[in-house]
Amino acid sequence: MSIFRNVVFAAALAGLCAGIVMTVLQTAFTVPLILQAETFEAAGSGHSHEAHGEAAGGAEDAAAAHSHDEDAWAPADGFERAAYTALANIVTGIGFALLLLVASEFAGGLANWRQGLFWGLAGFAAFTLAPGLGLPPELPAMPAADLLSRQVWWIATVALTAAGLALIAFRASPLMALIGVALIVAPHVVGAPQPVSHETPVPADLHHRFVVAVTLTNLVFWLVLGTMAGLVRTRFAARLGAPRAGLA
Amino acid sequence: MATHASTTHDVASSAQSRNLQLALAGLLGIFIIGFVGFSQLQAMHNAGHDYRHSMAFPCH
Repeated sequence: MSIFRNVVFAAALAGLCAGIVMTVLQTAFTVPLILQAETFEAAGSGHSHEAHGEAAGGAEDAAAAHSHDEDAWAPADGFERAAYTALANIVTGIGFALLLLVASEFAGGLANWRQGLFWGLAGFAAFTLAPGLGLPPELPAMPAADLLSRQVWWIATVALTAAGLALIAFRASPLMALIGVALIVAPHVVGAPQPVSHETPVPADLHHRFVVAVTLTNLVFWLVLGTMAGLVRTRFAARLGAPRAGLA
Repeated sequence: MATHASTTHDVASSAQSRNLQLALAGLLGIFIIGFVGFSQLQAMHNAGHDYRHSMAFPCH
């Protein structure tokens, strides 16, 4: 099981680095916007002027109110909440690194950090860009379609985009490239499940800033993840077998 | 001839074992992302709330 162990170890290192970077970026760019949006969620039913008035300072109170089930456990605001966000970033960073490393091993293995960078770009395209076209990042207090149908569309879009990119990158045939493009376009022709109404108390400007922040933080996350995977992979090249010819 | 045949067999089985181990590692990755990103347990949901919004996972 040495290959399994090596891939998991390499993924753990790359995921840890990317997860830490992502946590710093989220704390600076996305979490403040989420807290701001939660003030609209809490004010949703009342819609009073007081609620708008305390929007700037009352983020903490509103955040506490953001629970679907009053009895359910939720991390306390501040350090505890940030710590769980960091944990989720690192754990899923390792998960994404596993997928990136396994896919690149099947394609011949990352030979250097630059190949990793390109794989990171592909991961960003498949996991952020493509699903984000149909299902833009949402803030709390925004309406959304049925959860299950959105998750199905999200997973299908990620899988089809990844498959399409692989066909374009690794099959030197015009027909395969065309099929690849078709796979990438297909989920958007079908269309993502949309809510009945897009009406929301969240200002359009706030949402726009959130979409930009989420997209760019994810871009950096994937580039760090891919680059680190490429760097770590070269350290374990002897165990995993020398990389064969690949992209870049 | 006999050594040659056994060498090809070893190469084939090691390639098979390599693919199996890679597939296992990939499944582990899918399991981790699925559990953190899509779990509907309320406590998990609340713990990963800011993360999921920031990753644009279809959440609630």
